[in-house]
Amino acid sequence: MAPTGSRRSGYSRRAQYNLFTGYVIAGAGALVGAILLALSFFQPQLFGGLRGAAHESVSPATETAATVRTGSKGFWDTITGYYRAGSKNAALQREMEIARIRLAEAAAVKQENARLKGLLGLSDSEVKPVAVARLVGSTSSSTRRFAYLGAGSDQGVAIGMPVRSPRGIVGRILETSSNSARVLLLTDTESVLPVRRAKDEVVAFAEGRGDGLLRIKLINLGINPLKPGDVFVTSGAGGYYPPGIAVAIVTEITDDGGLARIVSDPAATDFVSVEPIYEPDAAIGAATPIERELGD
Amino acid sequence: MERNDPRSRSDAYGSRINRSHSPLLANVVPWVSIVIGSILPIFPIAAALPMIPPLGLLMLLGWRLVRPGLLPVWAGMPLGFVDDLYSGQPFGFAILTWSLVMLAIELIETRLPWRAFWQDWFTAGILILAYLVTGWLFSGGQPTIHSLVALVPQLVITILLFPVAARLVATLDRLRLHRWRAV
Repeated sequence: MAPTGSRRSGYSRRAQYNLFTGYVIAGAGALVGAILLALSFFQPQLFGGLRGAAHESVSPATETAATVRTGSKGFWDTITGYYRAGSKNAALQREMEIARIRLAEAAAVKQENARLKGLLGLSDSEVKPVAVARLVGSTSSSTRRFAYLGAGSDQGVAIGMPVRSPRGIVGRILETSSNSARVLLLTDTESVLPVRRAKDEVVAFAEGRGDGLLRIKLINLGINPLKPGDVFVTSGAGGYYPPGIAVAIVTEITDDGGLARIVSDPAATDFVSVEPIYEPDAAIGAATPIERELGD
Repeated sequence: MERNDPRSRSDAYGSRINRSHSPLLANVVPWVSIVIGSILPIFPIAAALPMIPPLGLLMLLGWRLVRPGLLPVWAGMPLGFVDDLYSGQPFGFAILTWSLVMLAIELIETRLPWRAFWQDWFTAGILILAYLVTGWLFSGGQPTIHSLVALVPQLVITILLFPVAARLVATLDRLRLHRWRAV
């Protein structure tokens, strides 16, 4: 396209000054941006209030979109359910009969567990979720993997609380405002989660790789005991997450552990629950630098 | 004369008799469309990869390259501020990069005043590449090689979407200059 004449200011002083001021403001803008960027590297939570207010201003739209998304997913599931319904039904019935038997066995184990705990004098209290809400959005164009939750500090949500779906861990609360919160998803490169193998005591860290997979880093190096298909659950170390919640399934073995796929895909979940921090004292202790002593 | 040709007294922007442009619409449409582009990517839930193109930047490039002279050079600062509130990058990233994008296009325009569309597309592609790689580098997280590989689909989609954004901008521009107001 042909250039517009607006850049040629000619002899008009006013036009010349306008043009010059434009360039000055643009350069100053870039400079301000660089300063803000450097500030938010050292203090990532500094602009959390602004971001929270911005998200709450569009929350009617994001809430509606989340409702429609989960609703339409159910609609598609209904339609795809009709495809090969007969054979699927037979397979499901076989599976359910086995599951019923296993459930009865599990009930027996649970009963025995309660009895043994009673003998040891351990109390077994049910953890009540702080809030139940929808994931209303995510940063889908950024390299970072954040999701936005439709509940905030007004509902009791606080920084550090684990977020889970019925299938497993989704992430951790990173920032809260009054009616929305930002969730650090497990797949983010900054997310590290202490895990253990479900069937034994192989402990590891699950780190996000930034491409949708988790990297399982074993703590005890040696012969790699992992196999594809191993399920990892939270170990409870660190104090943030309660132990025994499903996290990931190993798909590939590497030298120091493996690569795993997350169990609970945030895009497929309807409602998620925010749970209180499992052991707040341990979490504070883990966050305190070694040089500083913990008070009583 | 109207009997022979009903459109004889109108042009692409509507009737030329007793109709006028809406100053509000003419000024507001570019800015609002870019802000909407910044907000849209928060709606889908992407847990694995950055799948959605940076639509705000795409609209900014569209308006700047398809309609030069409409957005001022400093437009990157206020629009980048809005983008920063929604994008998930560290605050200040879009203010910096969008300002630099506007300055870079200004520079290119002084060097190459006469351009064809494919040259604009090339410019936009280079700027999108630089923007996404800078975003990967300054995301606030660990810039791993895997997250760089995960960036490739988004990069390809964004570059391929530029012509669509340019057509959308052209449509919005016709809407912007339509003679809505009766005088």
